[in-house]
Amino acid sequence: MSISTKSLGLHLGLLAVLFVLQFVLPAYHHGNIARIMVLASYAIGFNILFGYTGLLSLGHALFFAAGMYGMGLVVNQFGLPPFSALLVGLLVGGLVALALGLLALRTEGVAFMIVTLMFAQAGYLTVLYFGEYTRGDEGFVIQQAERVMWGIDLSDPTNRYFAALVIFGVSLLVTLKLVQTPFGKVLIAIRENEERARMLGYDVFLHKLAAVVLSGVISAFAGASYGLLFGYVGASFASVQYSIFPLLWVLLGGAGTVLGPFVGTLFMFYLIDLSSGITSAYMLIAGVTLVALTLFAPQGFVGELRKRVWRWLP
Amino acid sequence: MSLLSTRGLSKHFAGLTAVNDVDFDLPEGQIRALIGPNGAGKTTFVSMLCGRVELSSGVVMFEGRDISVLPAHKRIGLGLAYTFQITSVFGNLSVAENVALAARRRVKGAMVAQVVTEALGKVGLADRMEQNAADLSYGHQRLLEIAMGLAQAPKLLILDEPTQGLADSEISDFKALIRDLANSTTILLIEHNMNVVMELADFITVLDFGQVLAEGTPQDIRANAAVQAAYLGTV
Amino acid sequence: MEFGPYLMLASLEGAVTAAVLALTAVGLSLVFGVMRVVNVAHGEFFMLGAVLAWWIAGLVGGNPAIGFALAIVFVPLLVGAVAVLVDVTILKRIDYDPERTIVATIGILYIIQQVTLMTYGPEARPVEAPFNTRLALPWFEFSDGRPQMYWPWGLSTTSYKLGVIGAAVAVLIGVWVLMARTKIGLVMRATQLDREMALAFGIPVEKVYALVFGLGAGLAALAAVLIVPIQQAHYLMGHDPLLLSFIVVIIGGLGSLPGTVLAAVLIGLSDGVISVFFSPTLAKILATLLVALVLVFRPQGLFGARRA
Repeated sequence: MSISTKSLGLHLGLLAVLFVLQFVLPAYHHGNIARIMVLASYAIGFNILFGYTGLLSLGHALFFAAGMYGMGLVVNQFGLPPFSALLVGLLVGGLVALALGLLALRTEGVAFMIVTLMFAQAGYLTVLYFGEYTRGDEGFVIQQAERVMWGIDLSDPTNRYFAALVIFGVSLLVTLKLVQTPFGKVLIAIRENEERARMLGYDVFLHKLAAVVLSGVISAFAGASYGLLFGYVGASFASVQYSIFPLLWVLLGGAGTVLGPFVGTLFMFYLIDLSSGITSAYMLIAGVTLVALTLFAPQGFVGELRKRVWRWLP
Repeated sequence: MSLLSTRGLSKHFAGLTAVNDVDFDLPEGQIRALIGPNGAGKTTFVSMLCGRVELSSGVVMFEGRDISVLPAHKRIGLGLAYTFQITSVFGNLSVAENVALAARRRVKGAMVAQVVTEALGKVGLADRMEQNAADLSYGHQRLLEIAMGLAQAPKLLILDEPTQGLADSEISDFKALIRDLANSTTILLIEHNMNVVMELADFITVLDFGQVLAEGTPQDIRANAAVQAAYLGTV
Repeated sequence: MEFGPYLMLASLEGAVTAAVLALTAVGLSLVFGVMRVVNVAHGEFFMLGAVLAWWIAGLVGGNPAIGFALAIVFVPLLVGAVAVLVDVTILKRIDYDPERTIVATIGILYIIQQVTLMTYGPEARPVEAPFNTRLALPWFEFSDGRPQMYWPWGLSTTSYKLGVIGAAVAVLIGVWVLMARTKIGLVMRATQLDREMALAFGIPVEKVYALVFGLGAGLAALAAVLIVPIQQAHYLMGHDPLLLSFIVVIIGGLGSLPGTVLAAVLIGLSDGVISVFFSPTLAKILATLLVALVLVFRPQGLFGARRA
C-alpha cells in the first residue's frame, strides 16, 4: 500500500468513526463532539500557518471572530439567509487576513507574534466599541428560524452534528491535499529554511501571504460555522483567550501534522470540561499543559507518534 | 559578451567597506574560481550577485540585463543558482523532495521525478531518495546541495566553498562532477582548497580587502608575487 | 468644572498612571533587553504583587502604615523569588528560545492567575493607604487684567498620589544607578551586548538571567503595591498593565530604558488626557494599532536610533 493511500485511509477512517459515533453517543458527548469538530477546524486553519509554514500568530481570534461576526451581523442586521451569510463570513475573514498579512509579514519572529497579538486586541476592542451592533460582551443570539439552511434546521442536534462533520471533513481533507501539493511543499520548505527557499527562486513573501490568507479563511469558516451551528455570537470569541486556544490545541496534538489539531482539541476540550466541573479555575489546566508541552513534548501527541512509530504520517 | 559582469560594485556595512569598487567579467562556459584570504569579501561579493545582500553602489549585469535591484528570487528565476557555504537543506523533507523543490521552478508534472532521479544519480545519492535530509552525513548533505543546484539547470552556478569538510575521496569525486557540469553551465566557485582551484579553474580572480588584487590563469596566479604576499601575510 | 482645571486634574491622574506604568514597563524592558525574551506573564507578577500586598497588610493589622511598609519591602522580594524560580525551572531548560519562551510564559500567566483565583478568590479587595490627605489645588483666572487665584470645586489630589509619583521617580533613579554605576549593572550590560563574549569572560550568564528576571518581576510587583491603595487587588488586574507595558516598551524602543520611561510618561499622561476627549475603548484601539504599526514600520521604536 503506498504512503498516500495509507494516509488517505487513516483520515477517511477517522471521519467514518465520527460518522458512526453520531448514532451511539449519549446526548451530552454528542453535543461536545460537534463543538470539538468545529473548533478542530479552527485549529486546522491555525496549523497551516504555525505547523506548516512556521509562522506563530498570537492573533488568530481575529480571523475566527471576523468569520463569526461577518456571518452573524449580516444575519442579524440584514436578515441574509445562512449560506450567503456564511460566504460573507469567509470573505470578511479572507480580507482581514490579507490586510494583516500585508502588514505583519514585514516583521519576523517575536515581532510577528506581538504584531498579530496587537491587531487581534484592536479587533476585540473594536467589537466592544461598536456595541450598538455587536452587543459587546453580552453578544447576540441567532434565532432558530435564521438557522435553517436549504430546509435543514441546523439547531437540531443530529443535523448540527452532521453539519459539523462536513465542516471538519472539508477542512481536514483540504489540509491533507494541501501538504501534498507543490505549494504545500514550498510552505514546509519555508518553515525548514526560509533563506534556502528564497535562493531556490521562490517568492517567500507571496507564499507566506497566501498561507496567512488560507489559514485565515479556514479559521473564519470555523468561526462562522460555530456561530451558525450553536446560535450565538459573542465578544469572548475575539478575545486573547481564543487566540491562545488554537496554539494550545495544535501544540498538544502535534504542530505540522494533519491529525494533530483534532487530537489536541479533543483532549483539551475534555480536560477543561472535566476540570470545570471541579473548579472555576479551569484555565489552570491550559497553563500547566502549555508549560509541560514546551518543556517535555514540543512535538505533541501525533508528532511523537510520527517520530517513533509511523514515519509516514502527513 | 559576458554572461555576468559587475561595474564599480561596492558594499559598506556601517562604515566598514566589505567590497570596494569591483569590476568583474565572467564569460559563458568558464569555470571561474574566486579566491582570497579570509574576510576578503568573497561571500559578500557573490551574495550581491544573487541578491541575498543589497549592494551599496555599482551595477550587476546578467546576460546584458541590469539586475542590480531585482529581488533574489527573480534573479534565481533568470538562471542563477547559489549553494550555501554552510550546508543548508530542508532537514525534515526527504532527499527527493529537496531536489524536487529545486526542479519545480523549471519543469512541471512527471518531468519533476525524472529531473530529480537524474540529479541525484549524478551526485550518487540515488539510493537515498526517501531518507530525511537531516539524517544524511555532512558530506552527503553537501552533495545534496549540489544536486539541488543541478536540478535548477542554471546558466550560472555559484558554489560557495563546496569542498569544505569533505574527505579526500569525496573531493576527487566532486572535481569529476564539476568538470562534467562545465559542459552545460558556467561555474563561479569560491574555494579555499588550492589543489581544487588549480585543477578545475579556467581563470582565477583574487580578492583582497574587498578589491580585485589579481586576475589570470592558474599559472599566472601561481607566479603572481602580490597574491603570494597577500596569502603569506595572513598565514 | 471649567476646561483648564479639568485638564490639570486629568494630567495629575495621568502622572500617577505614568509613574506606575514606568516601573512596570522598565521591568519588562529590562528582561527583554538583557535576556532577549518576551515575558507574557509580566502582568501576572504585577497582579501577584497587589494580592500579596493585601495579604501582608491583613496579616499585620493595626496602623495601615505598618502593613504597607512591610508590603513594600517584602512583596517585591517574594514576587522576585517566584520569578527566579520560574526562570531556573522553566526558562533555563528551554534555553531562552524566544518563541518557546513566549508559549511557556503564556502558560505561566494562566497558572499564576488561576492559582490566585483558587486561593485568593474572585473578589476585588482594597489596601488602605499609609497616608491619605486630600489636597485642594488652586487655579488661576484672569479678571480685571490680572491673574487671580481660586480653588475650583473638585480640583484636588491626595498626598498618597503625590507619594506614588515620588516613590516611582526614586525607584527609577535607583534602577538607573544600578545599571550605570554598579558592578552588577556592568555585568548585566555586558550580557546584554554579547552573551557569548560575556560567557567567555567568565560572567555567570545563567545567574545574571535569573537575577534580571527576578528584578523585572520585582519592579512590576512594586508598582502594584504602590497602586493597590488607589485601585483594588483582583486576580484579573494583570491584563491591562501587560498590554500597556507592551505598548510602552515597543514605542520606547525594545530594550531601551530611557526610551521606555519617556514612552511611559507620554502614554500615561495621554491616557489620562485622551480619555477626557475620546471613549477609553477608542483610545485603547488607537494605542494598540499604533504599537502594531510601530513594530511594522519602525521596529527600533519611536525614540530609538536604527541599529546597523
